[in-house]
Amino acid sequence: MLSAAAQVLAADEAPNPWFDISYVTDNWDTILRYLGEHVRLTVAAVALGALLALPLALLARRLRFLAGPVLTLSTVIYAIPSLAMFAFIFPFTGLSSATVLIGLVAYSLVILVRNFLAGLNGVPADVREAARGMGYGPVRLFWQIDLPLALPAFMAGLRIATVSTVALTTVGVLVGHGGLGQLIFGGFNANFYRAEIVTGTIGCVLLALVADVVLAGVERVVTPWSRAVRS
Amino acid sequence: MNGFRDALVYLNDPLNWTRPDGILDLLAVHLAVSAVAVLSAIVIALPVGIALGTKGRGSGTIVVISNVSRAVPTLALLTLFAVSAIGFGNRATTIALTVFAIPPILTNTFVGFRGVDADVREAARGMGMSRGAVIARVDLPLALPLVMTGIRTAAVQVVATAGLAALVGGGGLGRLVTLGFGQQDYGLIIAGAILIAVLALLTEASLVLLTWAVTPGPRRLPWTARRAGPRVETAGVPESTSAGVPL
Repeated sequence: MLSAAAQVLAADEAPNPWFDISYVTDNWDTILRYLGEHVRLTVAAVALGALLALPLALLARRLRFLAGPVLTLSTVIYAIPSLAMFAFIFPFTGLSSATVLIGLVAYSLVILVRNFLAGLNGVPADVREAARGMGYGPVRLFWQIDLPLALPAFMAGLRIATVSTVALTTVGVLVGHGGLGQLIFGGFNANFYRAEIVTGTIGCVLLALVADVVLAGVERVVTPWSRAVRS
Repeated sequence: MNGFRDALVYLNDPLNWTRPDGILDLLAVHLAVSAVAVLSAIVIALPVGIALGTKGRGSGTIVVISNVSRAVPTLALLTLFAVSAIGFGNRATTIALTVFAIPPILTNTFVGFRGVDADVREAARGMGMSRGAVIARVDLPLALPLVMTGIRTAAVQVVATAGLAALVGGGGLGRLVTLGFGQQDYGLIIAGAILIAVLALLTEASLVLLTWAVTPGPRRLPWTARRAGPRVETAGVPESTSAGVPL
């Protein structure tokens, strides 16, 4: 009797550590697979978002009356919770990673359009005027005047979009494609297995920080003139 | 597309709203959890933001808090509190949402109070106002637009994130979505998503109106200010801190 009671107690108070290195080593392949999915979704979402946001921002600058509606629409999209966003897309694409990707593209697009537009509006009008007077065509004007001057704002937008996309990807667990979020949700469902949850969380935060540092490095490389001023 | 028609049918049935554990009950839990979380975050973050902002110190710490908080997934925070000693449920959800609501309020309050012109503050002191009176009657009105931006950002994020709590054993409108996934009921999923999205948009709209009501001086709604945006920008006036991108 006594030993049976002790066994129940032992099972109830089984150690459930917050972090367990043996969990990480034993499940390294699974972690890497989810990490790969997380990185793929994030990169694809930010890249597609940027490809869509740039023409929209250029259009909104050229046609001033579009700027108000574009910004209002982006505020509305940004206020839609991610859970609702993925649920709205789900009937069209089902339990696939496309559901997550479309939702993530929508959010990164919204962040990027705002920052791209702010960057383009920050290009001094007289600089553009001077370039046009020197015979620059629209393509050359964009590549040699607008892009370099707006690059800091563009990169700031990319960094914010990347970091928030890394965090948002976890909500993809709703359709089974949440990258490292699968570890967080899986650990909760596996009888509150804390080591798995914490591993997923740390993975997400580290991925976001690494992505931010990489983009900061890219920013330094592509804007050498700002470094020259600082030093 | 069938899901959207089923969702309307579901939402059109009064019984789905009024029965126990129906939409109204879930809505009440959702709103109660969100309100307690936002109010606790205000109580914690506002005094700290005011203290640091009026002294103009601690900007490095606040930048770090603001950046790191953006990198921590909300789902992770909700899950971590649900599996902690608190136990899963509405209490864990409320605490997680409070932690999550603090950074936007803290950052915007700090920026707002730091931005108050030192000369104005000096003049108020010279007129014999006490330190508390300067904060309440000079700093606060000037910093209010940014403070309200912080509260609005936090409130919308909290209402939106409260839906995720259903994934980890919490209550609220997210229950409809998770229940729908469990029962393979597209209509229920869409109905829950519509309710959460509408609630988030209503929160945003009502806080915009509240900001407009409490802000002294020339009263401008965000959209009228935004419409005037390009003209203001050509005049060389820098943009204030926007909702999603503090600092």
